[in-house]
Amino acid sequence: MTIQSNGHSENPIKIPKIKFTKLFINGEFVDSISGKTFETIDPRNGEVIARVAEGDKADVDLAVKVAREAFDQGQWPRMTGFERGRIMMKFADLIDESIEELAAIDAIDAGKLFTSGKAVDIPSVANMIRYYAGAADKIHGQMLKMSRPFQAYTLREPIGVVGHIIPWNFPSTMFFMKVAPALAAGCTMIVKPAEQTPLSALYYAHLAKLAGIPDGVLNVVTGYGSTAGAAISSHMDIDMVSFTGSTEVGRLVMQAAAQSNLKPVSLELGGKSPLIIFNDADVDSAVNLALLGILYNKGEICVAGSRVYVQEGIYDEFVRKAAAKAKTWVVGDPFDPRSQQGPQVDKTQFDKILSYIEHGKREGATLLTGGKPCCEKGYYIEPTIFTDVKEDMLVVKDEIFGPVMSLMKFESVEEAIERANNTRYGLAAGIVTKDLNLANRVSRSIRAGIIWINCYFAFDNDCPYGGYKMSGFGRDNGLNSLDKYLQVKSVVTPIHNSPWL
Amino acid sequence: MAIRRVLSLSRSLAASSASAASLLSPGRNPSWGRDISRFSTAALTEEEVIIPPVQVEHTQLLINGQFVDAASGRTFPTFDPRSGDLITHVAEGDEEDINRAVFAAREAFDDGPWPRMTAYERSKIIYRFADLLEKHNDEIAALETWDSGKPYEHTANVEIPKMTRLFRYFAGWADKIHGLTVPADGPYHVQTLHEPIGVAGQIIPWNFPLMMYAWKVGPALACGNTVVLKTAEHTPLSALYVSKLFHEAGLPPGVLNIISGFGPTAGAALASHMDVDKIAFTGSTGTGKIILELASKSNLKAVTLELGGKSPFIVCEDADIDKAVELAHSAVFFNQGQCCCAGSRTFVHERVYDEFIEKSKARAMRRIVGDPFKKGVEQGPQIDKAQFEKILSCIRSGIESGATLETGGERFGTKGYFIQPTVFSDVQDDMAIATEEIFGPVQSILKFKDLDDVIQRANKSRYGLAAGVFTNNIETANTLMRSLRVGTVWINCYFVFDAAIPFGGYKMSGKGREKGAYCLNNYLQVKAVVSPLKNPAWL
Repeated sequence: MTIQSNGHSENPIKIPKIKFTKLFINGEFVDSISGKTFETIDPRNGEVIARVAEGDKADVDLAVKVAREAFDQGQWPRMTGFERGRIMMKFADLIDESIEELAAIDAIDAGKLFTSGKAVDIPSVANMIRYYAGAADKIHGQMLKMSRPFQAYTLREPIGVVGHIIPWNFPSTMFFMKVAPALAAGCTMIVKPAEQTPLSALYYAHLAKLAGIPDGVLNVVTGYGSTAGAAISSHMDIDMVSFTGSTEVGRLVMQAAAQSNLKPVSLELGGKSPLIIFNDADVDSAVNLALLGILYNKGEICVAGSRVYVQEGIYDEFVRKAAAKAKTWVVGDPFDPRSQQGPQVDKTQFDKILSYIEHGKREGATLLTGGKPCCEKGYYIEPTIFTDVKEDMLVVKDEIFGPVMSLMKFESVEEAIERANNTRYGLAAGIVTKDLNLANRVSRSIRAGIIWINCYFAFDNDCPYGGYKMSGFGRDNGLNSLDKYLQVKSVVTPIHNSPWL
Repeated sequence: MAIRRVLSLSRSLAASSASAASLLSPGRNPSWGRDISRFSTAALTEEEVIIPPVQVEHTQLLINGQFVDAASGRTFPTFDPRSGDLITHVAEGDEEDINRAVFAAREAFDDGPWPRMTAYERSKIIYRFADLLEKHNDEIAALETWDSGKPYEHTANVEIPKMTRLFRYFAGWADKIHGLTVPADGPYHVQTLHEPIGVAGQIIPWNFPLMMYAWKVGPALACGNTVVLKTAEHTPLSALYVSKLFHEAGLPPGVLNIISGFGPTAGAALASHMDVDKIAFTGSTGTGKIILELASKSNLKAVTLELGGKSPFIVCEDADIDKAVELAHSAVFFNQGQCCCAGSRTFVHERVYDEFIEKSKARAMRRIVGDPFKKGVEQGPQIDKAQFEKILSCIRSGIESGATLETGGERFGTKGYFIQPTVFSDVQDDMAIATEEIFGPVQSILKFKDLDDVIQRANKSRYGLAAGVFTNNIETANTLMRSLRVGTVWINCYFVFDAAIPFGGYKMSGKGREKGAYCLNNYLQVKAVVSPLKNPAWL
């Protein structure tokens, strides 16, 4: 591992001035009703970036009221899908015009790499909006084949007011993964960004207004999960909640939905995704894939390939090369273009990851590389690989959400499948092999929502993903994600003397 | 329609003092909103001819991204239907030019970037094209009106914006073309790949030059195909103009090739080409038959046909008569009656028949005919002398067969190809005006007794393109919508042509559907891929 800087180095990029720190309700930036604010912290150095309005139940109530009105009486669900799509295209163009500023905001607020934010994350969200803009006029119901003389069809109607609760690891991507399909469907919404990363969401709210999204359609309430988030999940006037975050909180969201108005819930939760590397794999590229799978976004990604299973024939070589490669991995200031890994998002996460590492050592796993914080300031952690881990160790069972890989050996394909499925999670899996039969068999056998064969993190606008088991339910991305924002209504009427049935 | 052998000589002879040179002369602005010629008023005078606010920039063929002369060096004239005057000479493509264009399209498909770039990149180019169309809306509309005689207000405010909208619609499809994973009866993994079909040949008519361009080119390109498009010889100009914009938007050379020329030469060469994978045609049923034959005699290329019609417009006894009259009127007179889906058989229930005739006649007499560049004009000239004469002869046959001529029936004015809005009543099912596609401003009104009667008579046509139904009774609407053997049923509306609504014919009105999700299938091959599964976890 190479340490480059600690957040105080000469930044090649000017840190943007923070323009939006208030709640966005009914097209206006407003203070929270309580007047309270909270700090948002730069994870590179632990310093305060800005104070942001702290929304709670009263603010959620207000946001729901305007979203309700915008849905029940407003123009958004009443304009054509094409018209909604045109406004969304404008929204995407405005994002394209502010790529640098938005990437910088996510870099200081979430510790995300500025270069990849600028080159990938932010342009991708504009593309994602365009994808759903193009879908807005392609939402089809069906004519039905009735068993009696009836004419029947389905209407796919927007579900209504949607609550989106999104995490801090991909503030921009998650925002649009939820907001773009819901807008296309004709819903109105309240977004609660994570308290760690409220800034880009507020910026997007500002752009939404410039693009012409009517007031009340898209509201952003910044604040904490236990207050604002809970108010959304238990609100009687919200028709659907879409949540991405931890499995523990997902359970609370679902519980609140059950105890309030039985709103449908979509949950995209934690994971402990296996990456299975077979004997016929090219070891060098498999090592690269495995390291990317766990270190990308500092391991703060629900689909991280945190359990790496390597077949015995190449295991030793793999271990050697993975250790060597991990040592060259560049950890440093996310604004430095040479950095491959920035700081963890905050002190809590940082401490949690380090305690998992300690626990792994205590349980008897071998620390192949890493294991320590790095840089004297900020929340940086070395790329860490454990070997000699057992299936029942905490580092293999729990989602660590940090740059910590558990590397394991297996003998047969049956064993790999069994161990890969031996988890309460089921979000993603990777397979590395050239053998078609192996690839096909393992793809069908792993109980997870997305399988990457000889690739990893191959996300795409058109490619749905989501969880099996305790990784959640419902799908984001692709046309499938429109489903959760639409109701299906059947309309039936008798017909007489029809020449065909 | 699209393939017509003879260009009437008399057209060039009819050229008057308003020569092409003076039409293009600068310094004269179009005189919007001047006195409007109503159907009953006198003919256009020469001073009233408005100078189109656009110049003709492109008259050559567009092959492999370049404007080029025809291999033969030949050109043909294109005329202003308002006056019969020459607009310009256009390169006349024939078999050799088709060969060149197909070669370019083949290469662009087999080795070029277009099918190989991501669908999202393709969609961005198409979106950019739509933005350019929007930017040049008024010039494009002016060119379209000049060459085709369509009322400018409609072209500028409806047709070109709709064309833009269509391209945006298809752009949005590009990255949403899904194959299926398919269940198998045994341990097999089955998937379908929806691949572009290859080089698409497309032949479009003169009645909606750019709308037809959008219906054809939009889905073909969204699916990743390359195209050779032959425009109608009456209206070659607008397609050249917009295709230039398409290249400005980033379309790689060879992906879209435009050949101006005639049906029997260029059109036939395209339809019978061994290297064209698919042909789509919109035009007359007679020519559609030839296309199908040429496809079957050559390489069995897939064929989509959108042909003629004699569409019934059915006014039931419960209808709001005033609204029905207005809708039935526009259903037949819109676009000078030059619509394949014109509601050209107006069936009216006997109880409301007399009132309907009276009001339809009055509405037709109020129809504003005149220079299509003039504000408020509802009806311009027919496309050319041949169509003009054919329509007048249909009208004569209507009179001779004993139908009652309520109004119209004559040429309008003394210059150009204008025809008076014409209404016949007491039309019988077997009269030519009730069976033949007139393609002009001629309404034939027929009386009916009950639903069974009208269903049987409406379906007694070799065509089956569209139908209008005017009723507020849900039972009647449901019965009619299922009983009419046509590709589109408009209930209490007509000519609703959204991008997402599929359009096409039953019977001799054609095969295949255009627009909507359905039309993508015209431009996709389906490839099934099957491989065995060893020890699958489930089947």
